[in-house]
Amino acid sequence: MAYQFDFAPVFEHTNLLLSGAGFTLALTAVGAVLGIGLGIVGAICRAWRIRPFDSVFGVYVEIIRNTPFLVQLFFIFFGLPALGIKMTEWQAAVLAMVINLGAYSTEIIRAGIQATPRGQLEAAASLALSRFQIFRHVVLRPALAKVWPALTSQVIIVMLGSAVCSQIATEELTFAANFIQSRNFRAFETYFVTTALYFVMALLIRQLLMQIGQRYVVGRAG
Amino acid sequence: MSLVKIAGLHKHFGSNHVLKGIDLDVAQGDVVALIGRSGSGKSTLLRTINGLETIDKGELRVDGTALHDGKGDLRALRQKVGMVFQQFNLFPHLTAGQNVMLAPTVVKGMSKRDAEDIAKEMLLKVGLAEKFDSFPDQLSGGQQQRVAIARALAMQPKVLLCDEITSALDPELVNEVLAVVRQLATEGMTLIMVTHEMRFARDVGNKLIFMHHGRIHESGDPRTVFANPQTPELANFVGSVTVAA
Ligand SMILES: Nc1ncnc2c1ncn2[C@@H]1O[C@H](COP(=O)(O)OP(=O)(O)OP(=O)(O)O)[C@@H](O)[C@H]1O
Ligand SMILES: [Mg+2]
Repeated sequence: MAYQFDFAPVFEHTNLLLSGAGFTLALTAVGAVLGIGLGIVGAICRAWRIRPFDSVFGVYVEIIRNTPFLVQLFFIFFGLPALGIKMTEWQAAVLAMVINLGAYSTEIIRAGIQATPRGQLEAAASLALSRFQIFRHVVLRPALAKVWPALTSQVIIVMLGSAVCSQIATEELTFAANFIQSRNFRAFETYFVTTALYFVMALLIRQLLMQIGQRYVVGRAG
Repeated sequence: MSLVKIAGLHKHFGSNHVLKGIDLDVAQGDVVALIGRSGSGKSTLLRTINGLETIDKGELRVDGTALHDGKGDLRALRQKVGMVFQQFNLFPHLTAGQNVMLAPTVVKGMSKRDAEDIAKEMLLKVGLAEKFDSFPDQLSGGQQQRVAIARALAMQPKVLLCDEITSALDPELVNEVLAVVRQLATEGMTLIMVTHEMRFARDVGNKLIFMHHGRIHESGDPRTVFANPQTPELANFVGSVTVAA
């Protein structure tokens, strides 16, 4: 007997799916802004060898890049309370995403900073700009422009990775999908729709970030 | 009193002793041409004058701001010394106008409006008033180099350093840049330039310095020095480059 596809039991829960998708996007937005911010700070410390922060960021980057996101999340949510640091599932999810994206973007942005031609740094120095002014006005924008596509991909990876936050009952899209599936037992239909939603969200984020990049980072049309 | 005074200046790169005791006086309005073979230390000397290279030993003074054995206020020094590079080094994300405005606004705290006025004036001076809103990659090499000159001039330096500023240009673009430098010289700008344009050095310069193995080997009035070199090394060097009449 052939399987009878029926999406109605999924669309009954459209509200739940949409609010889950909304939470995933919110989580991603906060995680991206703070994570890239952290990445900029980390990249400065690494690129300029500001002690001891350069080594601190070095160790941090290696730990995060070489361990699973799920374990990082569990450590924050289940592990840290042992040290008296308790947080809600939302706080834990945001923190895990910021820490994760912060590590990857530290490396990505550092590569952009270090690609600044020496001549431009010397020209800026010869105009009596301070180290900080050189970074702010000469290095940062071209560096971000150069690595913007890589950062965009990383934000999308983190958005997709946020699915595992359902494991600590953060009510984002995957959590909603699991809940719906447990009610209607329509695994194929439920996860098909969920997959489509993630796919559309990823496309939207890529479009949005590319436009932000063109407008504010690259700074001119064409 | 001299505007730029260098005394007993030494510089090493590791074990490579690159500047071996340079003494140099440059007066207000002087146009100094630095010549010499590759590796003789011309660029290094120029770069020490605005602190892009550190000094191991000796004294450097520009208009009252001094470095003793490499110690002193670098940013104060750099406000008095402008520099133009072989590779232009414009900031690619900024328009020509913004390139010129950056240092006056950021370093001198000038208002955007005042900086814009200065930028327009400086771009006009180098013949590029209409390129204010062009990005560097929309300009020819010669135009980029003229923007770089305008950018340095906008800080109203006491002395302008030029390191082979026409060497990266196609031959047909060299003259438009040299014309700007010549104009600056007639206006009384103090210039120290490393150049391979021997004819330009002779016609525009009032002081010629021949560097050899990290020392000032011979110096004097360009016409005299070119016509009548006192050392075999300079005679040899002059013979190897064309000083077309
Ligand atoms: N950053 C550096 N690190 C190490 N050695 C250097 C550095 N810059 C220059 N040198 C060395 O210092 C010496 C002088 O170099 P400099 O660039 O001043 O010569 P130059 O007279 O400007 O030559 P050119 O005509 O080729 O530009 C050379 O031996 C060069 O290899
Ligand atoms: Mg040189």
